[in-house]
Amino acid sequence: MIGSENMTIEIGFLKSIPYFSGLIPGELDLIKKFIFEKTVQRGDIIVLEGDPAEAIYFVGSGAVKMFKTSADGKEQIINIVRPGESFNDVPIFDGGPNPTSAQAMGPVALYGIGKSDLDVILRDHPRVALNVINVLVGRVRQLVSLVEDLSFRQVISRVAKILLEYAGDGTGPSQRLTQQEMAAMAGTAREVVGRSLKALEAEGVIRIDRHRIVVTDREALEYAAEVSS
Amino acid sequence: MIEMPLVDQEKCNGCGLCVSVCYCSALVLVDNVVTIVETEECSWCTNCEAVCPTGAISCPFDIVIEQSRD
Repeated sequence: MIGSENMTIEIGFLKSIPYFSGLIPGELDLIKKFIFEKTVQRGDIIVLEGDPAEAIYFVGSGAVKMFKTSADGKEQIINIVRPGESFNDVPIFDGGPNPTSAQAMGPVALYGIGKSDLDVILRDHPRVALNVINVLVGRVRQLVSLVEDLSFRQVISRVAKILLEYAGDGTGPSQRLTQQEMAAMAGTAREVVGRSLKALEAEGVIRIDRHRIVVTDREALEYAAEVSS
Repeated sequence: MIEMPLVDQEKCNGCGLCVSVCYCSALVLVDNVVTIVETEECSWCTNCEAVCPTGAISCPFDIVIEQSRD
């Protein structure tokens, strides 16, 4: 159940949000009036891909998963939004539908601003508009990097190479790797490694057995490792 | 002994994000530092590692080649 209530956001927290950095206390007090609070529980869908956007959200506590659902129903995590960060920015500014869904990963406290209220804030506080540009250009850089990963470098191939390099035969101690480490080695984001592992599993090349990645088809994994740009 | 996520207590800043996303209550904050509670319920979803802002939690995978049954 998604709850909505009157705001209790602290000025200190508001100031720490990149959208509102550099504002004087009087301005923050004025902006505070436009903010509503929402609490959600694990698994709650906060915004649904394709729906019209009603508000921009800032995470007060907890974590929110942004994801897209593919035509065959598979979930693809785009990123995880942590305290102080915002989501739903793009559809609020361009008026289009939500490009992704957002789901609470646990109990989450959210602060929201409705679209029309945000328009008022931007009109009355030009500094916020500059901050928004800074936030959005940061996102553009992240997305350009993601495009590079997805289109030019064949991340699956690099993940396959890493798996082959680190695979033991199960009899002795093997070196263990986290998804974070694989991402650092492959020069990509952790979320992209997660997707690559899922893709290899769907193709029957590996099996993820709790904390073990079992290579079930070594030849296919070697083939995947050789496919590169 | 059940394999569980690993915590680097030096890196943990006590923010509790991992606790909030854990499905099986395998993580608790003790004196503002996350501590692991062994449980068979842990499915190695790696959400705790994914949300940790300081890299204090790791969910390492063993990578093994399945031996032929022939």
